[in-house]
Amino acid sequence: MGLTNATADQIVLWVVVPYVTFAVLVVGSIWRYRYDKFGWTTRSSELYEKRLLRWGSPMFHFGLLFVVLGHFLGLVIPKSWTEAVGISEPQYHFVATWMGSIAALVAVAGLLILIYRRRATGPVFLATTKTDKLMYVFLAGSLLSGAWATVQTQVIASGHGYDYRETISPWFRSLWYLQPEPALMAGVPAAFQVHITVAMLLFALWPFTRLVHAFSAPVQYPFRPYVVYRSREASVTSRAPRPGWDPTSTPPR
Amino acid sequence: MKVMAQMSMVMNLDKCIGCHTCSVTCKQAWTNRTGTEYVWFNNVETRPGLGYPRTYEDQDTWQGGWVRTKRGKLKLRAGGRAKKLASIFANPKLPSIHDYYEPWTYEYDMLLSAPAGEHTPVAKPKSLLTGDDMSIQWSANWDDDLGGSTATMQDDPILKHMSEHVAEELEQTFMFYLPRICEHCLNPSCVASCPSGAMYKRVEDGIVLVDQDQCRGWRMCVTGCPYKKVYFNHKTGKAEKCTLCYPRIEVGLPTVCSETCVGRLRYLGLVLYDADKVGAAAATEAEEDLLAAQRAVFLDPNDPEVVAAARREGIPDDWITAAQRSPIWKLIHDYEVALPLHPEYRTLPMVWYIPPLSPVVDVVASSGNDGEDGRTLFAAISQLRIPLEYLAGLFTAGDTGPVERVLRRLAAMRSGMREVNLGREFPEEHAAAVGMTGDQVQEMYRLLAIAKYEERYVIPTAHTEVARELEEMACSLDFEGGPGMGGSGPFGTSSGQPTPVAVENFHALAARQTADSPHTPSSPSRVNLLNWDGRGRPSGLFPPDDGGGQDAGGPGTLPGGRQDATNEEPGGFEGSAR
Ligand code: HEM
Ligand code: SF4
Ligand code: SF4
Repeated sequence: MGLTNATADQIVLWVVVPYVTFAVLVVGSIWRYRYDKFGWTTRSSELYEKRLLRWGSPMFHFGLLFVVLGHFLGLVIPKSWTEAVGISEPQYHFVATWMGSIAALVAVAGLLILIYRRRATGPVFLATTKTDKLMYVFLAGSLLSGAWATVQTQVIASGHGYDYRETISPWFRSLWYLQPEPALMAGVPAAFQVHITVAMLLFALWPFTRLVHAFSAPVQYPFRPYVVYRSREASVTSRAPRPGWDPTSTPPR
Repeated sequence: MKVMAQMSMVMNLDKCIGCHTCSVTCKQAWTNRTGTEYVWFNNVETRPGLGYPRTYEDQDTWQGGWVRTKRGKLKLRAGGRAKKLASIFANPKLPSIHDYYEPWTYEYDMLLSAPAGEHTPVAKPKSLLTGDDMSIQWSANWDDDLGGSTATMQDDPILKHMSEHVAEELEQTFMFYLPRICEHCLNPSCVASCPSGAMYKRVEDGIVLVDQDQCRGWRMCVTGCPYKKVYFNHKTGKAEKCTLCYPRIEVGLPTVCSETCVGRLRYLGLVLYDADKVGAAAATEAEEDLLAAQRAVFLDPNDPEVVAAARREGIPDDWITAAQRSPIWKLIHDYEVALPLHPEYRTLPMVWYIPPLSPVVDVVASSGNDGEDGRTLFAAISQLRIPLEYLAGLFTAGDTGPVERVLRRLAAMRSGMREVNLGREFPEEHAAAVGMTGDQVQEMYRLLAIAKYEERYVIPTAHTEVARELEEMACSLDFEGGPGMGGSGPFGTSSGQPTPVAVENFHALAARQTADSPHTPSSPSRVNLLNWDGRGRPSGLFPPDDGGGQDAGGPGTLPGGRQDATNEEPGGFEGSAR
């Protein structure tokens, strides 16, 4: 196994591209954070328009949260584990397909509302940057191709549908073990191959778009005191203090 | 006891002439940028009126500030942490731009450059959001001087709250101006609402600020503030608010709004308070008791125990002295004439107001009586329920008692000082009737009427035994992303590294000379002379020269030998290292 029985295309597409994507995502995000903390924001457009956003944004985000959760269960948790706790493949398949489809439907509907809103509301459209547009192409591409792959291989297809937990999931995990097995991807339906490729491009684009806001989801909010105090000292300069500029004080005894 | 110092403000409403100078100078200093066109850190409202943003005081709608739960704990009115996070994707209580107003400009250029024609050229209003023609519907002070208020006044949240007889008697209209800035609250609900912890209260002087590098645009603070004094910059996607002009305060200068106030009605100074008592005071059960509760949080700077405790907390001696001389402390504590705006929001606001006696005086004078006679004024104060109740709705959660006491003190001062001006003794019985001595009233008169700059603004400088900000002066141009940046960064407006002030100013100057309006001017060669400060030579200052040469050629020179960059896009900075 490993790389020996894989073709060159497979190695490029299922080993090189994922690792490059990962590197761009990590290095890009660190660079963006250091270079551009000020630009790291949702750039909310709610001030301009509320009516459509009130539906579109929660539908998209909540739908997406469940989709992400589903991806975690499907890709990260090995089949043997779910079977060990007594969940059979048909059971898993049924739940995953239906829950996944509903979540995807909500997310896609939300996304369509958001895109329509971006285009149709004057001030929102004016506030849309080129990067936003590019991001939306890949975001919509990933969502729609993923939804299509599910519909085509799981819903329409006869029988129990395609068992990606025998191919895609082990391949995905193999990347993390640093023992990539691109050959696993050989027989995967084209719809999934397209979905994964577009998603990888989206991740490579991620650090350079507004999507970085997802990384600063305010998970710490419930755990901090309500009112935050800060000393003026810390923010006195835009530059880090340099050696030799310590304030005068009596030496410690 | 944990002693903390708070820089605070008192405004004497009787002296406000509603000129909006404070708003304009504040806007020029802080919010004359794209993304903040609709933002007024300082605004002046005519009351009764809807305020800015419209009906912001109606907390049933906007859900700002805190509420006390049945178990006596404080909760954000818009919902606790879990609810905040659950509604983060679309904040249901965020005012939309139309609740403020759609910002606009006029196509002034048409007045100068319209081709000869049959009709006089007009400057059409253009939306600053879309650049399209627009019909102006509302603004930050649309009902100024009660203009058009027969159509809108019934929506004033304070009037709505008052008893029904008010509506009928509204014909005897009274009015006054209410200038507003951020309250720099002791218990700020904006800070509490910020999911990313980007908003904070400064330990040293209590100024409430937004860390622009940490704000992630969740826009919860806008909802959290019951005074709607946090604004969302729609271009940068970050929250911005009144900074109490901290760069000025730090060097001992008053805020821009105070400095330029035509009525000289603003006072700035320190108040010491006990931070340990803030939570309990804000959770006081009855809303009418909140005023007393907040007063009880303050500490007397002349009390030796307080001074010792302040020293232990590391408050420098010159700050303690400043707190002892503070005009704010005198107005709040010694004379007890200043009241907080909407204590019922439970944020413990720290910009206080001396309620206006003028509505009462106006009624007395217009009915042919003597508006400076003590007894007439006292009688009028207790009879004129509507102004009294209205003021109570603003300053004391509806309790007319404290408002009445303040107005009586002001009336005693007014009538007593007339006697003094006529060469008679100060009538002690007037002072005694309001629980003061004649000397005290005259001292108060001095502070309210003739106090000079140094007495109105007692501002200790920040302690900066650190010289590192001076670094910026040393070499302002050799930083990353150097000159030639400015305006729009790679990831949207102003993204990228912070720009040193020197460079930012340079670009602002260049941009100001050439920028005119957000929509394409009808003749690109025009320069807005109103924006031109006489330095450099903006392109288009002279008509295009077809022969070539002259105008397209050499850039003008700024004083100091710097080349200006106005003939090209900002970016051509000759002589820089890059
Ligand atoms: C749990 C973490 C997340 C939080 C708290 C969050 C929150 C937000 C908020 C507050 C907005 C601004 C909405 C507005 O007022 O205009 C927004 C916009 C957006 N978010 Fe998220 N988000 C999260 C995760 C994500 C993820 C994972 C994605 C995509 C993969 C995403 C994609 C978007 C997009 C595309 C927009 C722009 C919507 C538009 O205005 O067209 N978000 N998000
Ligand atoms: S008035 Fe100022 S400090 Fe108080 S809640 Fe509003 S923004 Fe915060
Ligand atoms: S500048 Fe002074 S007098 Fe004029 S509106 Fe502002 S507070 Fe009132």
